[in-house]
Amino acid sequence: MAATTGHTVKAFDDDLDQLRAMISQMGGIAENAIAESMRALMQRDHDGAERVVRDDKKLDALEAEVEASVVQLIALRAPLADDLREVVAALKIASIVERIGDYAKNIAKRVPLLEDMARIEPLSLLPEMARLVSEMVHKVLNAFTERDAAAAVQVCERDRAVDDFYDSIFRTLLTFMMEDPHNITPSAHLLFIAKNLERIGDHATNVAEMVYFAATGERMAERPRGGGLAR
Amino acid sequence: MSPVNDQSLNEMAGHHQAGTADAVKMIARHVSVSYGDKLAVDGVSIDIGTENVTAFIGPSGCGKSTFLRTLNRMNDTIPAARSTGRIELDGEDIYSPSMDVVQLRARVGMVFQKPNPFPKSIYENVAYGPRIHGLARGKADLDTVVERSLKRAGLWEEVKDRLTDSGTALSGGQQQRLCIARAIAVDPEVILMDEPASALDPIATAKIEELIHELRGRYAIVIVTHNMQQAARVSQRTAFFHLGKLVEYGDTSQIFTNPKAERTKDYITGRYG
Repeated sequence: MAATTGHTVKAFDDDLDQLRAMISQMGGIAENAIAESMRALMQRDHDGAERVVRDDKKLDALEAEVEASVVQLIALRAPLADDLREVVAALKIASIVERIGDYAKNIAKRVPLLEDMARIEPLSLLPEMARLVSEMVHKVLNAFTERDAAAAVQVCERDRAVDDFYDSIFRTLLTFMMEDPHNITPSAHLLFIAKNLERIGDHATNVAEMVYFAATGERMAERPRGGGLAR
Repeated sequence: MSPVNDQSLNEMAGHHQAGTADAVKMIARHVSVSYGDKLAVDGVSIDIGTENVTAFIGPSGCGKSTFLRTLNRMNDTIPAARSTGRIELDGEDIYSPSMDVVQLRARVGMVFQKPNPFPKSIYENVAYGPRIHGLARGKADLDTVVERSLKRAGLWEEVKDRLTDSGTALSGGQQQRLCIARAIAVDPEVILMDEPASALDPIATAKIEELIHELRGRYAIVIVTHNMQQAARVSQRTAFFHLGKLVEYGDTSQIFTNPKAERTKDYITGRYG
């Protein structure tokens, strides 16, 4: 499903490559933001958390750049068929990756508020969950640049595991809150963090559906939904 | 043309893909055209709808213009051209010996790439067809036909005060609309357009495209164009030709957003080698 032969107008290929590169770059920043916000959380690194918040501006700027490139590409190259679908997907994906960055930023903002959370056990599950969603983001954006529909389907299948993580964390945090009211504040923060990660997984899944459509021109078959109560 | 048996006709009926529902005006089955030993059109079968604008696209030399010209037997005028297959207009074989070719070309009109008005007055350009076909009784009747045709072609307001001026004195875009008025004047059922706007500037092109849009429904329209955006803008059905064959035929929106054939995709996305 990789891009076939090049366009007769080489500059068109260059424009598309540049667009793909920008999306990849945004993906790299978002992955890094997820990893860094989690590291800052685990290591109580307030400076690191602040850096994540600051770096989010790069994503906003890149999103604007992608939008400008897409508008220009449509105006100057009049893309059609799979090219058109890819360009429209790029526009939508850029705004989703920007949202993913916002979720990571939101996690980072909670770091200074979470001083007394050491004894909250589900904390240990969060880095693993973060690693999983970060990998989904990575894989789905690779699938986009490669126009790989099969890889996109695989990303969707991973979302089930993310939902399971979230359900498990949700139940455990509820138990902690019930045990001792002092646990409520840190538990609530951790619950929001888990929810943010779960949302990132959902967004990666949405991107996967867009990649699938861009690559094949067909909608991905409806995937079975997890039956968790927590969402 | 050689007759094609009914069985294969029925087999081909399934070729008209689902989509924009439309009554069939013309059908072509297994149409091939060769110029000497060169096969220009190779076994093309297609249904042309009554209400839709049908666009033929494809690279130069793909046979789209040659095929278009078989639809009103314009290729008959080329001695080396030899055609086989069957073409029907409202179920009637247009290559049958009983078909009156002059009458056929009145029913299936044609507009060419280069505007070609007669070196006569604007009025005479439009009045000529109705007069020789006996479609108007007397001067007043003919005046009505000329005015109506020029109005439908969107040219009336620009020329009504100078109908006696020469048609060749008009601008390129106006000349092309005059040619469309001339085609309309004999009250055709189908209008074939071979690159009708390729010699015109963008504004004149837009006027022709708007005109095609307005004529849709009144006449079945088939347009050959090299300009893919134009095909996308004016047509509801698009046929892609390559090396004399019909590669893909479908709703215009499908052809341009999600073509099924690899060759169609490569062509419309500009990857054609």
